[in-house]
Amino acid sequence: MSKYHVTTTVNGQSVEFLCTPTQALSEVLREELDMIGTKEGCTTGDCGACSVLLDGRLVCACLVLGTEAEGRSIETIEGVAQPHQMHPLQTKFLEHAALQCGVCTPGYIVAAKALLEVNPDPSEEEVRYWLAGNLCRCTGYDKIVRAVLDAAAEMRGAAQ
Amino acid sequence: MVTGADFPQLASAVEEAGESQIDVWDLARNVIARDKVYYHGHPVAAVAAVSNEVAQAALGKIRVDYEPLPPVMSLDAAIKDGAPVLHDDQFTQGLEETPKQPSNVATVIRLGQGDLQSGFADAAVVVEREFTTPTVHQGYIEPHAVVADCRENDRATLWCCTQGPFVVRTLTTKVLGWDVSRLKVVPSEIGGGFGGKTTVYLEPLAVMLSRKADRPVKMVMSRDEVFRASGPTSASRIRIKMGADADGRLIAAEADLKYEAGAFKGSPIMPGCMCVFVSYQIPNIGITGYDIVVNKPKVAAYRAPGAPMAAFATESVIDEIARRLEMDPIELRLKNAVHEGVRAIYGPKFPAIGFVQTLEAARAHPHYSAPLGPNQGRGVAAGFWFNVGMSSTATINVQEDGTATVITASPDIGGSRASMALIAAEELGIDYERVNALVGDTESAGYCDVTGGSRTTFATGMAVIQAARGLVDQLKARAAKKWGVDLELVEWRDGAAVPLDGGTQGELAPLSFTELARSAAHTGGPLSSSASLTAQGAGAGFGVHLCDVEIDPETGKVDVVRYTAIQDAGKAVHRSYVEGQLQGGAVQGIGWALNEEYVYDDAGVMQNAGFLDYRMPVALDLPMIDTAIVEVPNPSHPYGVRGVGETPIVPPLAAVGNAVFDATQVRFCDLPLSPSRVFEGLSG
Repeated sequence: MSKYHVTTTVNGQSVEFLCTPTQALSEVLREELDMIGTKEGCTTGDCGACSVLLDGRLVCACLVLGTEAEGRSIETIEGVAQPHQMHPLQTKFLEHAALQCGVCTPGYIVAAKALLEVNPDPSEEEVRYWLAGNLCRCTGYDKIVRAVLDAAAEMRGAAQ
Repeated sequence: MVTGADFPQLASAVEEAGESQIDVWDLARNVIARDKVYYHGHPVAAVAAVSNEVAQAALGKIRVDYEPLPPVMSLDAAIKDGAPVLHDDQFTQGLEETPKQPSNVATVIRLGQGDLQSGFADAAVVVEREFTTPTVHQGYIEPHAVVADCRENDRATLWCCTQGPFVVRTLTTKVLGWDVSRLKVVPSEIGGGFGGKTTVYLEPLAVMLSRKADRPVKMVMSRDEVFRASGPTSASRIRIKMGADADGRLIAAEADLKYEAGAFKGSPIMPGCMCVFVSYQIPNIGITGYDIVVNKPKVAAYRAPGAPMAAFATESVIDEIARRLEMDPIELRLKNAVHEGVRAIYGPKFPAIGFVQTLEAARAHPHYSAPLGPNQGRGVAAGFWFNVGMSSTATINVQEDGTATVITASPDIGGSRASMALIAAEELGIDYERVNALVGDTESAGYCDVTGGSRTTFATGMAVIQAARGLVDQLKARAAKKWGVDLELVEWRDGAAVPLDGGTQGELAPLSFTELARSAAHTGGPLSSSASLTAQGAGAGFGVHLCDVEIDPETGKVDVVRYTAIQDAGKAVHRSYVEGQLQGGAVQGIGWALNEEYVYDDAGVMQNAGFLDYRMPVALDLPMIDTAIVEVPNPSHPYGVRGVGETPIVPPLAAVGNAVFDATQVRFCDLPLSPSRVFEGLSG
C-alpha cells in the first residue's frame, strides 16, 4: 500500500511522517514517531487511553487517520510537562495515588487538562461527566476525580 | 504461518500457574486448536508478515473447513440429558465410581461436616434461593501483547505484558516442548491483569512464528479478541439453603455450586466451595461443586477466583435470614463470625483474623446510620479471600552514591514497586527517595511466582525485608571492620552504624549508609544482598461493604449513591494504594452486579465484544468510594501484612443486591441487575 507524506505539528514541533491511508493517528504516534505515551486499549474509541488534542479539541487518536493530521496541531501526553517540571495534574495524580497500572493515566491527564482549559472550576459531577469517555479498571475513579479537583484548585490559586 | 500441526502433542499434566492449576495439554490446545475448535475466537492459525495489512490479507486467504456442531452455551445446556459432549475423553472425576460415559461435568467436589438433616430440623428459619451470575471479563485496559525474537539458534526472548515472567516461561516452554532455560521472558510495564495475565495465549505462537520466519514477531490482540479469546471468569448457578435458630445462630447450610470452566476443565469451583460458608461458624454443612465445560473461552483467574459468586449467594441469603428474624444484618454476622482458633471448613484453624473487627468497624461507620432518601436502599455484605504466599526472591544492590536498588521479578500491577521501596527504606533507615525498585526478567532476577493471590506486598515484600536485614548485617560488619571493634558492639540505627556502649563510642562518629556505600570497595567489596523464600502464613483477608442504591422506578435503573469498603489489611504498607485496591475491587464488583455480562447468540458468537457494549463502570456511574482500613496484624509477617488486592471484589455483588432489596422489597437472584431486569421485577 502506498504511503502518504504528512506534515503536521506535534506538541509545537513541526513533524513529518509517512503513513498508509488506513493507519490511525494513535498507531502513527506510537509506531512512526516513537511517542508511546499515547496508549491503545481498544482502537474503537471506547476507552480513551489514546486521548490527544487535535487543534485543541479532545479526540481519540485511534479514530483519527494519520493522514487527517496534515496541517493540524496535535498535543499529546509528551507535551503536557515542561522540561523538569510536571504539570499540576501529573503532580496531583502522583500525590493522590490516582493510578495503579497506569495504562489509562496519559489519557486521563490529556482529557483532564482539556477540561480545565474550558472549565477551571469544575464540580465533581462535571469532572465525572467529562471523564466518562476514559475507562480505568484499577482505581474505581475515586482518586482520579479527587486528583483532578485538587489540581484545578491549585491551578486556580496559582492563576490569582 | 503456524497451525496446531506445528506444535507437539503433549500428555495431560497439571502445572501450578499462580493460584490456579493448568493442564498443559488443555493449555496447548487452547493456544491453538488442533482438530476441534471449541469456541468462537479459538485460534486456528497464526500468520506473520512484514506489515499488519499484509498479515490481514494473508489471513483472508486461509480456508478452514468447519463442520459446525451444536454449541453448549450454558450450565443447563451442558448437563441436560443428551447434551452434546465437548470432550469424548472427559469422564467426571470426584465421584465414588468414575462413570463409563464421557460428560461435560469435569469434576464433582464435596465438602461437609455435621448432620444437615438434623441441623435444618432444628432451625427456626430456613431460606433457600438459587442465584445465577453471568460470564464476565477482567477488563484490563491494555490488551495482551508480545514480541518474540527467536533468531539466536535455539533460544528465544519474549517481551510481554504478564503478571509473572516465570510462569510465562514455564507455560510457553511446556507448549513448545522446550526446556525452560531456552526462553528468556522480559516483563514489560503491565496495563492491568486482575488474574487474566497469569497464563499464555500469544506467547507460544509468537515464538513459533519468529522461529519459522527468523525475524522478530510482534502480536497484539484487538479488544474484540481479548473478549472472545482471553479471560473471562465463570458464569455460575448456585443454590443455597441456610437455617438459623431464633437467636440468629446459623446451624445448617447447604450449597450446590455449578461453575462454567469454558472449553477446558478448571473453573475456580474449588475455591468457590471452600469460600461459600467460610466466614461463619456453622456446625452442619454440605457443599457440592461442579466444574462444567461449555463452548466459551477457557476461564482464567479473576481477582479472588470463584469467591464473588459464592459470596453473592451466601450473603444474600444471610440478609434474608436477618430480615426474617428482624435482626440487624451486621449483628447476625457478628453472632456467627469466624475468629482466631475456629477451624475453617477447608482444614486449618484460623490464626489472628480481623472479621469481627471489620464488622464492628462497619457498624460504627457513619455510613451505616446515615438517613436514606426516597427510592433508596442500603445493603451490607461481607467477603473473604485466602491470600497466598508462594515463592519470591529479592536482591538489593547498594550504589556508591548511597542509594539502593531493589530488584524482584514481581511485575508491578498496582504500585508494588512503591511498597518494595518503602519496605527497603524502612529496614535500611534511609529516605524512600533513595531506593529505586525495579522489575527484572527471568535471567537477571531470581525466581518469583506471579503477581497474584494478593501475595506481592506480603511475600515479595518479605523477601525484601530479609534481603535488607542481610544487608544491614553486612553494613554493621563493615563499620566494625573500619572501627576495629567487635561486631556485637555495632548497632544499626536511623540509617547509620552506631557504636554501642562498652565500645569506643566516645571517640567514634556514626557511619552513615552513604559513607559505608562510598567506601565499600575498601571494606570488602560491593554491598549486595539477596533473599529467597516460600512465604508461609498468608493471612486471610475479610472485608465488609456498605452500599446505598437509588432505583429509578420508571426505568429500573440502579444507581450506587454511596459506597464504603472496610477491610482488614493486617498492616497497610502504602495506605493510598491499599485504599486504591479497596476502591478498584469494589467498582469491579459493582460492574459485575449491575452491568457486565457476555451476551451470546444461538450459534455461540459473542454479541458484545467491545467496551461500548460490554459495559464496564465509568466515572459518571459512581460516587466516591469511601474506605476504612482495619489493621489486625498477620502473625506470620514481620510487619503484620496480609494481602489486600482480591478481597474487595468479593462483597459488592451481594452488597448491591441487598441494597436493591432494601429499596424495592424484591429479591433479585440473577445478575446483572440491568434496568430491564429490575423494571420487570418491579412490575411483578
